Amino acid sequence: MAADGPATSRPVSPHISIYRWQINSVLSILHRATGVALAVGTLLLVYWLVSAAAGPDAYRSAQGFIGSFIGQILLIGWAWSLFYHLCNGIRHLIWDAGYGFELSGMMRSSMIVLGTASGLTVLAFIIGWIVW
Amino acid sequence: MAELALPKNSRVTQGVSHPVPQGAKNPRQFQIYRWNPDTGENPRIDTYNIDLDKCGPMVLDALIHIKSDVDSTLTFRRSCREGICGSCAMNIDGTNTLACIHAISDIEGPVKIYPLPHMPVVKDLVPDLNHVYAQYQSIKPWLEVESAAPSRERLQSPEDREKLDGLYECILCFCCSTSCPSYWWNGDRFLGPAILLQAYRWLADSRDEHMGERLDALEDPFRLYRCHTIMNCTKTCPKGLNPAKAIAEIKKLMIERR
Repeated sequence: MAADGPATSRPVSPHISIYRWQINSVLSILHRATGVALAVGTLLLVYWLVSAAAGPDAYRSAQGFIGSFIGQILLIGWAWSLFYHLCNGIRHLIWDAGYGFELSGMMRSSMIVLGTASGLTVLAFIIGWIVW
Repeated sequence: MAELALPKNSRVTQGVSHPVPQGAKNPRQFQIYRWNPDTGENPRIDTYNIDLDKCGPMVLDALIHIKSDVDSTLTFRRSCREGICGSCAMNIDGTNTLACIHAISDIEGPVKIYPLPHMPVVKDLVPDLNHVYAQYQSIKPWLEVESAAPSRERLQSPEDREKLDGLYECILCFCCSTSCPSYWWNGDRFLGPAILLQAYRWLADSRDEHMGERLDALEDPFRLYRCHTIMNCTKTCPKGLNPAKAIAEIKKLMIERR
């Protein structure tokens, strides 16, 4: 652009730091974050299975860790990640079929996804604690 | 890759403050992004305290009032002042919209105004649109036909014409593209919602005969498929259009033609 005068290095206008978070954008990044959490959480599952294969002592200490306060927090987080990723994944399938793009419907499906994921987590832990 | 932080030359500093005018009955604060290419300084936020009784109800009215009566160096694009030209697209109160149809009364607290996000800045609120225009050209936004030209207009049934509703109204203000995090991180190769809505406008046109070629051009990990249905585009469109839906329709066409 010769007519533009001497070369200027243009600044990039601010973006993520100034753009207002939207429910849809928060849930979108949450989908990715829970995906990462699930991958990390799978390590916990592997640890638990390996401990079971390694013998009663190892299994007991694994059970002890998972049953501890920190272990339970991790487990709740992992379960919620699983259910959120599942529910929002189904929402993505519905979007891919071409439905649910109206703003009102999108808001409603956001609430349904959050509610269902949280409800399923609570349900899973109630059942888990009763059985345990 | 996503670069969350702004480069060194783009970090925003605190600028000058213009005090509340004497005898203002209806004062309101505007915090506006400024960048002057001639000084070599970083961008800054200037604060303008103005009397709303001195200007019209829309954000653009306030900008024009500031330029006319407070600080003539303030630079922004505007033309039609009725939401049909798309010139005054900017980031107001955290989301992208047209300054001319966004009422000041709809905003709480100081009115924060930035250029469209993640764009090269020409000056103040004026972004460089060369890249988006080049992307627009790349999708061939015109009728592509093989058949011989008819002796009169190419006719279209009312039903086929209806398929263009919600697409032809786009004014290319680029509020949607610059609201899209995917476009922020991959705008060099991802076409973004505005251009993809336009791409679909031609795919959906019953008179166009190049659907196959058009889809071939979009079949790319970046151009089309960087859309992750974040839906900031649809949320922010000042014309109430639905780019996210148009992109989903393109993705469906891709599958249907397999």
